[in-house]
Amino acid sequence: MTASIATAAASVVPCWSCKGPVATRALFCSVCGAVQGPGTIDHFSRLGLQPTFDIDLDLLEKQYFGFQRRLHPDRFAAKSAKERALSQSQATALNEAYETLKDPLKRAAYVLDLKGHKVDLTACGTINDPVLLMEQMEKREAIAEADTVDTITKLSAEADTEVIACQCHISAAINAGAFEEAVHLTIRLKYLAKLAEEARTKKTRMTRAMR
Amino acid sequence: MSDDGLVLLQLHEPGETPVPHQDEAGLAVGIDLGTTNSVVAFSFDTEVEVLKDENGKALIPSVVHYKDDGSVVVGREAREAILESPDQVVSSIKRLMGRGLEDVKSLAGTLPYDVEVPPEGGMVRLRVAGRTLTPVAISAHILMAIKDRAEQAMLGKAVTRAVITVPAYFDDAARTATKDAARLADIEVLRLVNEPTAAALAYGLDNSVEGLYAVYDLGGGTFDISILKMEKGVFQVKATGGDAVLGGDDIDHAVAEYFLAQRQAGAAITAGEVKQALMTARVAKECLTGRQSGEWMIELDGTASRHSLTRDELEKLAAPFVERTIEICRGVVEDAGIDVSDIQGVVLVGGSTRMPLVRKRVAEFFGREPLSDINPDEVVAVGAALQAEALTRGSDTLLLDVTPLSLGIETMGGIVEKVIPRNTPIPVAMAQEFTTYQDGQSAMSIHVVQGEREMVDQCRSLARFVLRGIPPMAAGAARIRVTFQVDADGLLTVSAQEMTTGIEQHVAVKPSYGLSDDEMANMLRDSLVHAKDDMAQRLLTESVVEARRSVLAVKSALGVDSDLLSDDERQAIDAAIEAVETACAGTDRDAVNAAVETLEDSTKGFAEKRMDRGIRQALAGVSVERLDDALGGE
Ligand SMILES: [Zn+2]
Repeated sequence: MTASIATAAASVVPCWSCKGPVATRALFCSVCGAVQGPGTIDHFSRLGLQPTFDIDLDLLEKQYFGFQRRLHPDRFAAKSAKERALSQSQATALNEAYETLKDPLKRAAYVLDLKGHKVDLTACGTINDPVLLMEQMEKREAIAEADTVDTITKLSAEADTEVIACQCHISAAINAGAFEEAVHLTIRLKYLAKLAEEARTKKTRMTRAMR
Repeated sequence: MSDDGLVLLQLHEPGETPVPHQDEAGLAVGIDLGTTNSVVAFSFDTEVEVLKDENGKALIPSVVHYKDDGSVVVGREAREAILESPDQVVSSIKRLMGRGLEDVKSLAGTLPYDVEVPPEGGMVRLRVAGRTLTPVAISAHILMAIKDRAEQAMLGKAVTRAVITVPAYFDDAARTATKDAARLADIEVLRLVNEPTAAALAYGLDNSVEGLYAVYDLGGGTFDISILKMEKGVFQVKATGGDAVLGGDDIDHAVAEYFLAQRQAGAAITAGEVKQALMTARVAKECLTGRQSGEWMIELDGTASRHSLTRDELEKLAAPFVERTIEICRGVVEDAGIDVSDIQGVVLVGGSTRMPLVRKRVAEFFGREPLSDINPDEVVAVGAALQAEALTRGSDTLLLDVTPLSLGIETMGGIVEKVIPRNTPIPVAMAQEFTTYQDGQSAMSIHVVQGEREMVDQCRSLARFVLRGIPPMAAGAARIRVTFQVDADGLLTVSAQEMTTGIEQHVAVKPSYGLSDDEMANMLRDSLVHAKDDMAQRLLTESVVEARRSVLAVKSALGVDSDLLSDDERQAIDAAIEAVETACAGTDRDAVNAAVETLEDSTKGFAEKRMDRGIRQALAGVSVERLDDALGGE
């Protein structure tokens, strides 16, 4: 009984404006209409999405626009200072959620984080995995040595394909509950994405020089 | 507690809840505060009127004449005085907003006025007609003239609020300077909106354009390019870029130099000649939009000279500047992660896009003819006016903008660590943790810069922050979390907290090129307008808005839960509400605040009973709102 009282109490907080009960995750108070704070919920719940790596990007955008339409500071320009500040926090939280979920690399790391597996994407430079290291060095060299538009176009296409393939593997690993492997693949995705970026930049530069 | 979605719709469907007391707050206009010209517009029911002077002119030259008798004249008349009294007239001041010594050096020779930098650094000052003025004060004079124009056009109604546009590529210092100028001119800034975004709003509001669009904005002194996704009232900026000191002025200068070289080789060139040559150059450039060649005269101090120029020659002089804009477009298309062919249309903004060379190169690069159905001089003001109406009267459109430049902090060895990358949607907040490097260290200095380069000295210094009051700890033990927040105006604020103790740190801000709080206070004091009264009025308004919100909240609560109250309790609350309403009708801010406090006290018991009921209902399984799924899709 006490546990359920605690749960019930936790699901209801006082509205800052009318002081009455409001659901912890509500965006607006159903009694006085005041916008509430963003709280600390995960990015998927914030955008009303299922917590999965395989998200529908069109749906993500639709949800993001839908929430921003109601919570963006432009909706509160004529409101009180407190409401303007809360709307800014809400919009900031929505932007963070959208930016994280939009990007496959950040999304993979985030999903794994929710499952209790940390992926450190900021750690740069050293690659601990010797196989990955070797592979990266070879590919980087190939890109550096590419001296015709045809070669770099081919390398760029290959790199893009590998990025997509890696994303599929991450999805499969997560769905199979193989989180250790997914962490490993996510780190691999980080380097593949970097390579693809390098190849694309060089391709653009070389194509431009041709004209 | 009924159906959540329904409640939301009732309370928050845009447009259904008219903002109360609209008239008290004065009219809200859109202002395009341009380098060369400014424009003001007003929107009602999304019908936009560009406000004109008695001669039917929409453009207000952004030129200020500081006369001998102390009076200040802005606009056409001021521009005409440039030749007679060049040392009393200031133009293109926008180029100096939020600028410091280094910026001025790089602009050396292109500025037609005397510039000085205070010994302690910071924003430049101008010496004009014996006065020393900041770019902020000069811009404030322009804004006051715009406000006058708007009030005359609106038949004497007070214009107190505005959306003011800024180049997307404006950094934090220049944005802050613009907001400060508005404050001096007694205009409340509802929002700073990026110029290309405002232009997109003007084009996209009727929903006739959908998909990916590029807005190419070449003004007198700034260049911006933004790529937006537009659909069903959403304007989402994907990437933006530009150059805050590249514009039609540069072309004028190139032409003026060409003329001056012809005029008298070797002889010293006077300031008067430079100004005259610049005016002639501008006229020549504009004439060659419709003609292939022409001849112009420069006459000063009795020496007259004739100068001929063909469109080909003009285009040779202009080409390097136009090519730079195209290079920037290329970078921004890449940043947006798209291909040029994905772009469905290009919108031209800014007077300089009238040049045939610009149109030709833009059409070549984007592979399609650009749109310029809306007058490129007025389109930004039109968008700003629409947004001013949306912000004050409600609207369903949504502008989602981004940071134009990366924001970073200085680390060891002068290397920049990026905290917020460019093209991040705003508002945004990001936190970074720092630690102390000495035992017992109680203060720490943080240098914030803006720009894309790796080294601090190649980026623009925004501010230096000193964190004080760090509790004494061993080196490396303190964990100071510094949060950088960029709001919807693109303005940065910083806050800091020591994580192991939870102590909020004092952040002392020294803007690198802005005005200090003291300077701003001084300027407000001896300004221009009756700033003091104005400040008091603003504080009163804020208190009244807050008080009315409190009353509405209590009334809503009474609407659902009044059965929890005894008659006495109810009477006490009703009396407190009445007291607040009476106070709001007066002009005493303290009385308003005191009445609100009494109201809060008198409703404490009521609030507790309501919370108890809420928890009991939750326990009984009565659903509390779950809005997460109800909201998103429309
Ligand atoms: Zn409430």
